[in-house]
Amino acid sequence: MEKEIDVGDVKMDYSEKVMDHFANPRNCRKIEDADGVGTVGNPTCGDLMTIYIKVDDDKITDISFQTFGCGAAIATSSMITEIAVGKTIEEALNITRNDVADELDGLPPIKMHCSNLAADGLKAAIEDYQKKNQ
Amino acid sequence: MYLDNSATTQVNEEVLKEMEPFFREEFGNPSTLYGLGRSSKNALNQAREKVAHAINADAGEIIFTSGGSESDNLAIKGIAFKLRNKGKHIITSNIEHPAVKNTLHFLEKLDYEVSYLPVDENGIIKIEDLKESIKDETILITIMHGNNEIGTIQPIEEIGKIARENNIIFHTDAVQTFGKIDVDVEKLNVDLLSLSSHKINGPKGVGALYIKKGIRLEPLIHGGGQENGIRSGTENVAGIVGFAKACEIVSQNLDSNSKKLSAIRDELIEKILSTIPESYLNGDREKRLPNLVNFRFNAIEGESLILLLDAKDYQTSTGSACSSNTLEASPVLTALGLDPVDVHGSLRISLSPETDDFNVDDFVSVVSDAVSRLREMSPLWNQDTDYKAVMCNGKRNRCRRC
Ligand SMILES: Cc1ncc(COP(=O)(O)O)c(C=O)c1O
Ligand code: FES
Repeated sequence: MEKEIDVGDVKMDYSEKVMDHFANPRNCRKIEDADGVGTVGNPTCGDLMTIYIKVDDDKITDISFQTFGCGAAIATSSMITEIAVGKTIEEALNITRNDVADELDGLPPIKMHCSNLAADGLKAAIEDYQKKNQ
Repeated sequence: MYLDNSATTQVNEEVLKEMEPFFREEFGNPSTLYGLGRSSKNALNQAREKVAHAINADAGEIIFTSGGSESDNLAIKGIAFKLRNKGKHIITSNIEHPAVKNTLHFLEKLDYEVSYLPVDENGIIKIEDLKESIKDETILITIMHGNNEIGTIQPIEEIGKIARENNIIFHTDAVQTFGKIDVDVEKLNVDLLSLSSHKINGPKGVGALYIKKGIRLEPLIHGGGQENGIRSGTENVAGIVGFAKACEIVSQNLDSNSKKLSAIRDELIEKILSTIPESYLNGDREKRLPNLVNFRFNAIEGESLILLLDAKDYQTSTGSACSSNTLEASPVLTALGLDPVDVHGSLRISLSPETDDFNVDDFVSVVSDAVSRLREMSPLWNQDTDYKAVMCNGKRNRCRRC
């Protein structure tokens, strides 16, 4: 993403960390030659997320996302890419929505469902990778 | 820059000045007989005259309430309860404000029957549908004047005429239109009309219900018999005085405000639609409030747009499911026939006569940047992601979106 956005004065129910990841998302791009791609939808509000992974020697070496969703959805996508990078497939599969929310210093209760999307998206990308490499 | 004036407005300075004496010097209870009470009573009477004058009614036809929601409740339940032995059928539209919609849902639990008229893709009801839904048992038609989300204006005069021909009481919620376009109870052929103070640069927590002479309804708040026995409780004198002043100000400047606001609105519509690809206007292009526009942008979500605009100091709102307390897409935008995915990208901008120094070009460029930024992040922009397939299949029919 280009230029940082100053969200200092934006007062939502979001933590500073959420606002930071929303305004300056990490790894928001498409990986053209990804080893696994997973797109999932959020049945609660109708949002959508795609996760791309590159895998080398059972480790996630690169990960990125694209998200159509709220501030929390964008922040959780961004955060899960930071958590998952460098992890083994098995470790990555164990990342839960609570891990993501905790790393973001919490989410408003009504936004907890958004972090499902991140965890589900990562799982879908890994499943896609595993299917291709059976 | 505050661009969410359909949500609420800032109190006008003259209004505030007018209210101030009624907190300390003139604090009397209008129902008491000594001088202090009488001067409150006088202030109340004058306020009633002013509000009545602003909508071409008589002072005796104005009941002060705690705001638009109470006025809607009083009109609808008041008539429903009063006429319960005559019939239990009510007609409304499917884009009403929750103050009307949820009041009707409550009445449905009490065995009233409600017909919800659909709107066309521009957000206007069809007169034919109205005529067809009228029955012998119909006691009330309640259809809003101007919509608070998309700004469309309903054919109230015509609806009122049909109501009269069929001897049915007609209520309209004019909370959003009052002060923006001419609201004249005679021309509009209405029996009941709701107003709210905080949408016209008056204080919050005050409003009025116009009740045409001769129309009787059941009170909702029983007590000491204030407001002609229709709405008990010691009057909010300061609030009412402020509301009346706000009415006076908007009425005096109605034409110039309307011209000024619609010029900005039109410029905004023209520039947004021509600058931002795949952007659309929600609601009728012509039959709309001068101060409100609602756009939608493909492939992005509204709450994140609102956050980005807020970061640039523009306060706006959206009908996106993500930003609602229920996580449901706006029922009003859905009623236009839009899919939830389209409703996601909606943006409402609403001005007030007191909106000054609004530079449309600057704003459009900020919106355009924010939309591009979100689209760059979106898996739905310039990609062949099949939205419906992901939503439905991925979730093994748990999807409640289609
Ligand atoms: C159309 C409409 N009706 C009713 C209301 C409720 O008014 P109030 O906030 O004064 O209760 C509003 C504002 O929220 C509105 O826009
Ligand atoms: S993704 Fe829709 S509410 Fe967060």
